[in-house]
Amino acid sequence: MANLVEIRDLKVEATSDAGRVIEIIRGVSFDIAEGEIVALIGESGSGKTTIALTLMGYARNGCRISGGSVSLDGRDMVRLSERERAAIRGTEVSYVPQSAAAAFNPAQTIMDQVVEITRIHDLMPRADAEQRAVSLFKALNLPNPQSIGSRYPHQVSGGQLQRLSAAMALIADPKLVIFDEPTTALDVTTQIEVLRAFKSVMKKGGMSGVYVSHDLAVVAQIADRIIVLKGGEIQEVGATEQILTAPQHDYTRELLSAFTPKQHARPQAPTAAARKPPLLDVLDISAGYGPIQADGLPLMRALKSVSFRLEEGRNLGVIGESGCGKSTLARVIAGILPQVKGDVIFDGRQLARSAAHRQKEELRKLQMVFQFADTALNPSKSIGDILSRPLSFYHGMGRRQQESRVCELLDMVRLPRAVRHRRASELSGGQKQRVNLARALAAEPKLILCDEITSALDTVVAAAILDLLKELQRELGLSYMFISHDLSTVQAICDEVIVMYNGEKVEEMATGLEEGPGHPYSRLLFSSVPKLDTRWLDSLELDPELVSAFARR
Amino acid sequence: MNKHVLHLVLARLVIALITLVIVSFTVFAATVLLPGDVVEILLGQAATPEAVAGLRAAMHLDDPAIWRFLQWFAGIFTGDFGISYANNMPVADLIGPRLLNSLKLAGITTVFSVPIALTLGITAAMWRGSWFDRTVTVLSIGVVSVPEFMVATSAVLVFAVYLKWLPALSFANEIHSFGQMLRVYAMPVITLSFVISAQMIRMTRAAVIETLNTPYVEMALLKGASRSRLVLKHALPNAIGPIVNAVALSLSYLLGGVIIVETIFNYPGVAKLMVDAVSTRDLPLIQTCAMLFCIVYLFLITTADIIAIVSNPRLK
Repeated sequence: MANLVEIRDLKVEATSDAGRVIEIIRGVSFDIAEGEIVALIGESGSGKTTIALTLMGYARNGCRISGGSVSLDGRDMVRLSERERAAIRGTEVSYVPQSAAAAFNPAQTIMDQVVEITRIHDLMPRADAEQRAVSLFKALNLPNPQSIGSRYPHQVSGGQLQRLSAAMALIADPKLVIFDEPTTALDVTTQIEVLRAFKSVMKKGGMSGVYVSHDLAVVAQIADRIIVLKGGEIQEVGATEQILTAPQHDYTRELLSAFTPKQHARPQAPTAAARKPPLLDVLDISAGYGPIQADGLPLMRALKSVSFRLEEGRNLGVIGESGCGKSTLARVIAGILPQVKGDVIFDGRQLARSAAHRQKEELRKLQMVFQFADTALNPSKSIGDILSRPLSFYHGMGRRQQESRVCELLDMVRLPRAVRHRRASELSGGQKQRVNLARALAAEPKLILCDEITSALDTVVAAAILDLLKELQRELGLSYMFISHDLSTVQAICDEVIVMYNGEKVEEMATGLEEGPGHPYSRLLFSSVPKLDTRWLDSLELDPELVSAFARR
Repeated sequence: MNKHVLHLVLARLVIALITLVIVSFTVFAATVLLPGDVVEILLGQAATPEAVAGLRAAMHLDDPAIWRFLQWFAGIFTGDFGISYANNMPVADLIGPRLLNSLKLAGITTVFSVPIALTLGITAAMWRGSWFDRTVTVLSIGVVSVPEFMVATSAVLVFAVYLKWLPALSFANEIHSFGQMLRVYAMPVITLSFVISAQMIRMTRAAVIETLNTPYVEMALLKGASRSRLVLKHALPNAIGPIVNAVALSLSYLLGGVIIVETIFNYPGVAKLMVDAVSTRDLPLIQTCAMLFCIVYLFLITTADIIAIVSNPRLK
């Protein structure tokens, strides 16, 4: 097979706001054969998207291709004029964006945007293009293929938009398609459908592809070859099977081990007789948003009669897809969103519905850590100030005492003490999440509500945070309520799991028992999590009835 | 237009009406609170107490303020703006021709400056960072920093005094031909355009650049779209809201804020009328002028908001 793409010694420079020039891609070379799908895998900042975009002769604002060549079908994309590149974009190489929701123009209909490539390059009459689009919609398994094009982007779901963006990329029969993390923003049950649709269309068209992702298990399903990147350099290149089973490079092994869930070694569940009263007892909670209706419930019900209990020193995982109400549950318990019905009993006392009416001591014992570490930290305050605040608020500590306690807290979360003089913007994502954790610990809580705290982090960093959580639990006797959409994270730390769907708790179980029979939705959810096995997607058989009942496509 | 959009538009109109009532109350209250008694000013210092009391009663000034307000407010809606104190003419007759003049000046300035400002703003955004963009930015900042009396007097000095191309004063009623109109309006229009264009250019440029930075414009670029397609088809439709708002804010200046320009060119518009009314303590005239400015302002802002609502694709 001839090589469609030959990248030689590619270098990309970025200019920082301060005017410093940094080389973000440092001499990368690889080939893509015709009909081959190559995955670029790495953590954020590894340069995987930057490399993929150079295949279109494009570098984002502030970046510049500074050296090397990117030859696509014999032409060097680096040396072409902007006009020549524009002629190739869309026709020979096309792009499927990470967030289709943001990549569709809100002011135009979907069809206008799907056929736009044929209009720009004047490839075929509009009617033919629309016909082609409809057949692509069918091939991609979209509902109502005849009429979906006349809608606006905000009128269809995220999973549908992602498939529509693939139709947009495929409309002109390109030789190479770049997929930039196209399923990262999707729920697992939706991801399967989208992956399958991509795979079958690519195979049928015999197209080459570049699949950019941080998720090894997803890549394992679709790629022929994997290129592992770190810091703008290639670490390892190999066939998918070889990378998964016999990785050569240390970094690849690290990625793989971070992926494999370490099952939480559970302390034996105490016998019924030895049971203490639960630390947290949630009774029949209903909550939501919007005006209260005649039946005393809000218009948008995010939680419907949810109950569970959590014993001291144990961890509870809450799992479910976006919109299932899991974050609302944490907000109700923390008193951010007062429930309309039901009670929260914490440490033997009934908590007031709104945090404003709770006592300081109750607030102290119940702390929350948020998903987006950077938005939860005040950007104009130093880390020391941020950590001192709960110390003076809850414990009334003086200046000197605060200072030494801040250092202790930073030690606890394994951050250097010098961090206390820095601001949040100077820290990495993982470091910021550690600061958030330290702020919760400053109150000396009994229970910490963790709302998707590892979701915005890279796998290796997230694994380190999980290890830290376990260590802190051993030292301080904490309990966690751990909210996540990711089953393996929950398995790594929790004793029990509750599964939520559409505002209801559908199942409660001990971790490790997910394979067993249970609620049909839990079965669907657990079987939809991609596995590090190249045959997983093809051999996976989901009950179509189950999928149509629960998966929001 | 669907029901939701209709609802939003109606809600906006209701808010505009409520604002109007509040504004009229404020205008009335402010003029009532002005120091000095109207009757004493009218009759002069030698007035006898009996004469003052008689005139007060004749002018209904002894009625409770709220009653006078309601009467005045009802009058506005029926087109009765009261009688001018200074020359005993109905206010409507005084303002009518002046308003026409002001609207003429505003209209010509709008037709002249809006297309130029939008084109400059959009093209500057298209070639962001280029020499063209920098020149436009420097010029528009320069123009907005020079006070309008400076622009106006310099224009008079150069074009009327030294070059003698244009008349120094603008008598709007002496126009008999198109050429004459050009000569009369050239200087005030150019001066006003200088003042209002800068903000429109800068806001348009900023709004377009903001949409140019969105992922969907990047997506269009990666489909091979040309620069003009990116701007005109993808960025501009999503930038309409902020652009119309900037235009409306700039235009609202054309009726109330042109006092200096009208004075320098001796242009018989509403702003100049109000200045004269203030010096003669002609309360009904002041009130009506103030209301007029507020109504125009409200009208422009409301229109801009409605355009922004109707052009929002998410509400379709």
